[in-house]
Amino acid sequence: MTVATKPQKKSFDWRAFFLNRPKKDYIHPYLGGFLLGLVLFAAFFLTGNGLGASGGLNRMIVAVQDVVAPAHVDSNPYLLKMAGGDKNPLDDWIIPMVFGALLGGFVGGWQNGRLGFETNKGPQISTRTRWAMAFAGGLIMGYGARMARGCTSGLALSGGAVLSVGAWAFMFSVFAGAYALAYFVRKLWL
Amino acid sequence: MEYPFPLQILQTVSADAPWTYLIFALIGFGFGYVLELAGFGNSKKLAAQFYFRELTVLKVMFGAIVTAMVLLFTMIGLGILNYEAIWVNPTYLWSGILGGLIMGVGFIVGGFCPGTSLVSAMTGKIDGIFFVLGGLVGIFLFGETVPLYDYWWQTAGFLGRLTIPDWLGLPAGVVVTIIIAMALFMFWGSEQLERIIGKRDMSREPKLRLYGAVALFAVAFGTILIGSPSLEQKLERTTFTREIGIEGASIKFSAEELLANRLAQVSPAEVYHTMFDNGLITVLLDVRPEADYNLYHLNNALNVPLAQIPTVVPQLQSKHSPNTVYFVMSNDEVDATAAWRILVGSGVKNVYILEGGLNNWIAFFGEDDPEITPLAGVNTPEQLRYDFPAVLGSRYASCYPNPQKWEKLEFEPIIKLELQRDQSGGGCG
Repeated sequence: MTVATKPQKKSFDWRAFFLNRPKKDYIHPYLGGFLLGLVLFAAFFLTGNGLGASGGLNRMIVAVQDVVAPAHVDSNPYLLKMAGGDKNPLDDWIIPMVFGALLGGFVGGWQNGRLGFETNKGPQISTRTRWAMAFAGGLIMGYGARMARGCTSGLALSGGAVLSVGAWAFMFSVFAGAYALAYFVRKLWL
Repeated sequence: MEYPFPLQILQTVSADAPWTYLIFALIGFGFGYVLELAGFGNSKKLAAQFYFRELTVLKVMFGAIVTAMVLLFTMIGLGILNYEAIWVNPTYLWSGILGGLIMGVGFIVGGFCPGTSLVSAMTGKIDGIFFVLGGLVGIFLFGETVPLYDYWWQTAGFLGRLTIPDWLGLPAGVVVTIIIAMALFMFWGSEQLERIIGKRDMSREPKLRLYGAVALFAVAFGTILIGSPSLEQKLERTTFTREIGIEGASIKFSAEELLANRLAQVSPAEVYHTMFDNGLITVLLDVRPEADYNLYHLNNALNVPLAQIPTVVPQLQSKHSPNTVYFVMSNDEVDATAAWRILVGSGVKNVYILEGGLNNWIAFFGEDDPEITPLAGVNTPEQLRYDFPAVLGSRYASCYPNPQKWEKLEFEPIIKLELQRDQSGGGCG
């Protein structure tokens, strides 16, 4: 007579599922460029629009402002263009694209074992300094991106591929600005 | 025949077709996914670009640009994709350059750009999360401070939808090939830098990349051979939908059919009426030689002689609001029709011809100006058939007919507003 043994029920290990996957290398830069080019091509070919990120963040902020201080939005022509009257700043293709990009980045990191809380920094600075610098850099970048009417993806990448003169001028300016300052902030990275 | 792509319905998202959200989300997914795979979620990898140790940023960015560019211009050359319907970021030279320099500073200090920081934050990188938070604050601050220098921001170096082929006067295929040559040279240079400064063993690089370079060049030469569609071909591919008859059946017209059916020619009465329509912006383009223009022109008309019409197209395409209506006019209709063909073929929307030209305008409104007398025996086309006592430009009464006197005019309406792609349709716009 045999006794049927019940298999021990194992609860699903969420932590291992997300964080303990084998870590893989990044793909070759040229392959990355080629794949990103295909995505960019598909975006233009199907929709006539390129890619973008900062514009979506912008619209999310304006949406919050529109809820918190609608009168203020209505007195600022720049904000008014996105959220004036009954306009919903979130009613734009860039919003699903940003959410898609967030998910895509997450899945890419998960698949290749690159999820996990960590701080990438140069060896000479503390983690706190890196965080402060990341915040400051983000602030500068966010301001500059709106002034230039686009970020690296929405203006340099997208505009570059469809041969906008302004996009190329912008792209060289970004590289010029970064290279000009790189030597003076080398302690942050080297 | 119309262009099949880009798909009209995907110009933006719409709640009537929820799947449009999905398409944009999928494109975004691909975008974020590839950025992550390429290592753009890692600030050290991004910053290494600026110390010549690892030029991944440049390779991925230019790799993506040339790949997308060569595919797009192949499709444009084959007449499958309509370049005019694609969002080309308008050029604002000075705000773009200053904003770019500021972003460069942010890049080297913070280690990301906006798109890559999102990917980084989603994979748990804490510096990425701080960068996103900083970016949100920066974007907020811009919205709050731009009213202080709004005029500069709106006008600084504004050149409209200026493309490199337009700017250099070269065919698109040639520009594409030059850019690819430049990109390949930069890839080669990057590899040299990585070898010398980054101390990398380049012999382990995949050989496939050389074949890729050859393939890029081959396709680029292909785009030169195909060429870009000419203005005539683009005009042939433009269609107009009009509701005709009492039933209002929608009929598609080609550009030439529209002209032949007199659906592009607008009577002086309707032009006059449109000037007072607060919902529309009326632009009057007078395509006659300057001498005729100085003699007599409509109030607020802009003088753009026929030969110069192609040079103003980039401005017209991006400068004006979607509710702009253009009227081209000459003494008769011959030159105005030629200008119409150029503008419509170049993708400018809502262009109409002043029916019968200025001669017809004067015939219609000329009773306000008894001193303008008809000339007998002028039968050559595109000649003014009136005698003007003085060179008064737009200071004759009929150049701006009295709205009280002409308030009630009857006409068969011809104008049908076609919406253009919105100015703020850009990626980060």
